[in-house]
Amino acid sequence: MTLASVHLTDSYFLTFAAMLFSIGAVGLLIRRNVLVMFMCVELMLNAVNLTFVTFAKTLDDIRGQAIVFFVLVVAAAEVAVGLAIIVAIFRRRRGGATADDIDLLRG
Amino acid sequence: MAEFVIFFIMAAVALGAAISMVLARNPVHAALLLVTVLVAIAVMFLLQDAQLLAAVQIIVYAGAIVILFLFVIMLLGVDKSESLHDPVRSQRPAAIVLGVVGLAELLFLVGHHWATGTSSGPGLNDGSGGNVERVARSLFTSYLWPFEVTAILLVVAVVGGVVLARRSGLPPQQELELERDDDDTEPDAMTESTSEVSAP
Repeated sequence: MTLASVHLTDSYFLTFAAMLFSIGAVGLLIRRNVLVMFMCVELMLNAVNLTFVTFAKTLDDIRGQAIVFFVLVVAAAEVAVGLAIIVAIFRRRRGGATADDIDLLRG
Repeated sequence: MAEFVIFFIMAAVALGAAISMVLARNPVHAALLLVTVLVAIAVMFLLQDAQLLAAVQIIVYAGAIVILFLFVIMLLGVDKSESLHDPVRSQRPAAIVLGVVGLAELLFLVGHHWATGTSSGPGLNDGSGGNVERVARSLFTSYLWPFEVTAILLVVAVVGGVVLARRSGLPPQQELELERDDDDTEPDAMTESTSEVSAP
């Protein structure tokens, strides 16, 4: 009876998205592998997308879903360019894939 | 009730996979765990009447972006496990504290109505057709200009990716020869960088 009366409200989704965003942020800060850092950025973008969709539902506004479309496009462009930069860097330096290897500000 | 159960299962799966992704030593495992999180988020989109975005999420993220990640992991040959040792000692506790503080702020905002705003556009159920048609109507009327700009953005990203991933401005044949020559001279640079890394 108590379980049946529980409803799925927006705060559940917002809390979940906040947790995912925080996990992504912490992962970005503690990991040294550039590829995993990049994946953490994707995780944060997805948490924000979920927030947009939640507000689209809560506020009954289709534009919340339209904006997620643009976030997806920008994320795809970002991944294409970012991974190309990573490939370019690690062709030059084959030492490893950690952010600490790229600590010299020279060509 | 059913929605509630689905939400909780997906939330548990996604949070577990996200934490494992951050802690995974192998980048390939991290990429596969990222797919799990993305699929769980697609289910959450479905729970909130965003059918188009759920499909796009699976196709674009799980189908294209993560595959791109896996290609780069294989191309670079960095699929071996890395140690989680951190050269900057205080960074990890500081990052976790920062993450907890950020999470507390976000959760504080979740509970307050002033952080949510009000509706000012067409509703989720305005007009005819399904979710796809309504999102499309929004994209091709009020957001037509940004939509066209994203086309340019994608072209720029593709061209940028090709330019950056190429070794030099030389034609492909000369580039291959250059790469062969470079393999002889590379060991010097490599030993230099590895000695840098292994220094405590």
